[in-house]
Amino acid sequence: MSDTVTVTIDGAQVKGRAGQTILQAAEAAGIYIPRLCAHNELSAHGSCRVCTVLVNGRPQAACTQPVADGMIIENNTEKLTNMRKAIVEMLFVEGNHFCMSCEKSGNCELQALAYRFGIAAPRYPYLFPKRDIDFSHPDIYIDRNRCVLCGRCVRASRETDKKVVFEFTGRGAHRRLGIDAAADLADTDAAVADKSVEVCPVGALMRKRVGYAVPVGQRKYDHKPIGSDIEAKRA
Amino acid sequence: MSKPKIATASLAGCFGCHMSILDIDERILQVAELVQFDKSPVDDIKKFTGRCLVGLVEGGCATEENVHVLEEFRKHCDILILLGDCATMGGIPAMRNMVPLKECLEEAYLNGPTVYNPGRVIPNDPELPLNLDRVYPCHEVVKIDYVLPGCPPSADTIFQTLVALLTGKPLDLPYELIKYD
Repeated sequence: MSDTVTVTIDGAQVKGRAGQTILQAAEAAGIYIPRLCAHNELSAHGSCRVCTVLVNGRPQAACTQPVADGMIIENNTEKLTNMRKAIVEMLFVEGNHFCMSCEKSGNCELQALAYRFGIAAPRYPYLFPKRDIDFSHPDIYIDRNRCVLCGRCVRASRETDKKVVFEFTGRGAHRRLGIDAAADLADTDAAVADKSVEVCPVGALMRKRVGYAVPVGQRKYDHKPIGSDIEAKRA
Repeated sequence: MSKPKIATASLAGCFGCHMSILDIDERILQVAELVQFDKSPVDDIKKFTGRCLVGLVEGGCATEENVHVLEEFRKHCDILILLGDCATMGGIPAMRNMVPLKECLEEAYLNGPTVYNPGRVIPNDPELPLNLDRVYPCHEVVKIDYVLPGCPPSADTIFQTLVALLTGKPLDLPYELIKYD
């Protein structure tokens, strides 16, 4: 039995391997499916829903759904793009994302998605929630104002760092990033070189004393939209 | 036929967006060919002299006076454009939104580490516009037609938008010109 499967993404035939997710097969073929919680070096989480595609007309998270022969997948359609925009806009209004003073600006994946989608302003009212900052650790800090609850740090801490520094606490609107200590990040075994710090897509888990290291104009998403590196691979 | 009019205002902003208007440099002559400036800090006209085609608003609403000015702009302008992140989402002034107004004032005038205020008075003169309970993005106060994000929006963004509007051409801002910082 061959383990090659063929799917159709937006009308184009894409060959993938059995066991790959839709996201992985698309990426190998040079098709970018927008994503936020997914990360190539971590297990899939399926929580942000930005990578939602229509598989034979039904919505599925591309980062968790395995490819199967004959799937008809819709990705870059007006309907899906509008839905993805709505998700990104909700993430902007439900946190406190002050891009103008954030060190992550220009290298932030949430911001980069908004740029790619051409979002001038969210359609929803801002919530301005009260969130806290943990500045206790000598080398890293958590700014929960900017956290989008993608769970990348939670997975990286478990899977790569072999620690369990981070975990979610609370449910629904009360969900927040918790740490493995009674009070402060300083009391955990988190370290500056941890994968969990590197993979944060936004400015929530940051290294101290880095600041605005890269000048405006030379940052990751200043000139090219997020995903263009993947699209450049398309034959 | 007389030229259409344009008005600008800075509410709870830092005037950075107005600096960005000036940063279109000599192209301001091209804009002047197309429009006449009405109420604006650029020409220091304090009151609307008539109907305006375009209103550019910088800054969010932090005081009741900001709300009055914004409502005046909505009343007198056909097209209202938000300029920058403060107008769009509150910006830096909105960082106080997570703290009750009373605590903000007490920190600023009584408890701050560098405060010298022997009379322990929090300014409350009737001449001073009242602070709102929080800073409101402009589109939560009046209907807004277009939004130019950025801190500030670049001169190119402002210029291309104005020229497209005034000449009735479609506007397709390139990727580099929609930025939040």
